[in-house]
Amino acid sequence: MVAILKRWWDGDVLWSWRHTPVAIIASVLLVVCLVAAFGAHWIAPHDPWDLASIELLDALLPPAWDENGRTRYLLGTDSQGRDLLSGIMHGARVSLLIGLAAVMLSMIVGITLGLLAGYAGGRTEAFIMRVADVQLSFPAILIALLIDGVARVAVPRELHEVIAFPVLVGAIALAGWPQYARTVRGSTLVEKGREYVQTARVIGVSSAAIMFRHVLPNVMGPVLVLATVHLATAIITEATLSFLGVGIPSTSPSLGTLINIGNDFLFSGQWWIIIFPGAALVLLVLSVNVLGDWLRDALNPRLS
Amino acid sequence: MLTVALLAFILFQHVGDPVTIMLGQDATEQDRARLRDALGLNAPAPVQFAKFVSNAMQGEFGLSLRRAEKVSTLLASRLPATLELSLAAALIALAIGLPLGVYTALRPGSALSQGVLTLSLIGVSLPTFLIGILLIMVFSVSLGWLPSYGRGDTVQVGWWSTGLLTVKGWEHLILPAITLSLFQLTLVLRLVRSEMLEVLRTDYIKFARARGLTRRAIHFGHALKNTLVPVITITGLQLGGIIAFAIVTETVFQWPGMGLLFIEAVQFADVPVMAAYLCLVALVFVVINLIVDLLYFVVDPRLRSSLSRASGGH
Repeated sequence: MVAILKRWWDGDVLWSWRHTPVAIIASVLLVVCLVAAFGAHWIAPHDPWDLASIELLDALLPPAWDENGRTRYLLGTDSQGRDLLSGIMHGARVSLLIGLAAVMLSMIVGITLGLLAGYAGGRTEAFIMRVADVQLSFPAILIALLIDGVARVAVPRELHEVIAFPVLVGAIALAGWPQYARTVRGSTLVEKGREYVQTARVIGVSSAAIMFRHVLPNVMGPVLVLATVHLATAIITEATLSFLGVGIPSTSPSLGTLINIGNDFLFSGQWWIIIFPGAALVLLVLSVNVLGDWLRDALNPRLS
Repeated sequence: MLTVALLAFILFQHVGDPVTIMLGQDATEQDRARLRDALGLNAPAPVQFAKFVSNAMQGEFGLSLRRAEKVSTLLASRLPATLELSLAAALIALAIGLPLGVYTALRPGSALSQGVLTLSLIGVSLPTFLIGILLIMVFSVSLGWLPSYGRGDTVQVGWWSTGLLTVKGWEHLILPAITLSLFQLTLVLRLVRSEMLEVLRTDYIKFARARGLTRRAIHFGHALKNTLVPVITITGLQLGGIIAFAIVTETVFQWPGMGLLFIEAVQFADVPVMAAYLCLVALVFVVINLIVDLLYFVVDPRLRSSLSRASGGH
């Protein structure tokens, strides 16, 4: 066990991690974000959605270090007296969950279609790649907006809050899958000609098994890099949609919804309502992006 | 184009009932029937689609369900605002991104390059709407230098209402244009840099050096020229991105363009406006792709010679 851990620690990727200070800082930041977000239930100072604990008299209090602030509310409160720090922690959880779910979904769809296109070739390939190309030429946010808009029209108003989450995930995932499909297809085309694939075919392994058990592990490197960058994009897309008022409703706000709420107080001097959720969002996305950048360099020694 | 038109039509034919949304839940049955007739929603679907396409060809998308105005008039009145904003943003992105990209590629070690690259990573991580909000906070709320919403004074030139002929119009353009351009700028910068680094490593650059050409001639005459092909492709594709992000920027700055119209349409399920916007965006994409393809011929002589050979029959 110790030996395995030791080998892992000395591996290429972790060696590069230990020697890239920026990557270490980003990881620490990301871990802090993750703990704060997913542990929000237990470590957040207040429960922002517990109506009993909210006092309207505490509304719009500035951060604790301001002379009007209270130590009870470290980063101040919003227009309904909810603690901003707790709101951000819960919001980050919603944002992260949507981002992760969307990345997972588009990874699954993209990888499957990419493998299929690369391995099967012929008409299947032409069709899948054409669809991917067409979709890739449309900006992700436009696709997401469209799906969101359609869903908004298609279901009755009462259900909007219920479907907001799956619709957002689906929209962001649908906008993202072509990139995975293209990357996987490219690597699959290369791997297909390798000896191990031909050997497997000769001894009668089924196509599906070859694709998922043998080819897939060998094309995962670029996919991981893509997934990291995509997570950052997905979080931004979610925040943007929520900010535009077509994403997560304000009953269980994500970071984007919080910023949207804060936008109303832009001109009345309550800067903290918008700055802190914004900063949290940037911090989260930036640390993910830095890690993605580092991972790309670490997995691709040719570049450095 | 037809595919998009069909998609737009199918999507919006089968989803939702604009009548309910327009009149609210408690309208009487008679009211609904009257409105349905007036909007032509009772005809069979193929008939409606044929009508939709033939009208769309003439730029006619019917009446906006919410504003009861012609969609074509609505869009035409909003189009100049969006185009002016998008073009300004694209120009800023290219004018700043290109030189910075070249610089960071030529001097990879310098402190300025490192700074620029760090900033560009932050730029990628900043969502467009947040940039807009921050700019408003600093330049409108705190400093009071620039206006934060609307287009200012516009001048009517024919049917085109432009904000570029008045001082107020320019003042209003600055913040939204910067907001919109920032993401594209970082993209152009990183792309130019990586392409340039790639090209500088190639053999013909080494040969050019060996021949004793000046650095200027090598960098700008040979290296930069060869980085331009991918840059043009991406910039062309990104113009689509600019239009998409214009939706966001227009919302933040209440810029009266098509994006704002579209967002309102999404929120109120205003089907004709959504359909028209989609078709227009698809048209823009097709045109951009055509222009990009044509630009290849200008930049890449290999394509030109292969074309003349094909047509000249050598």
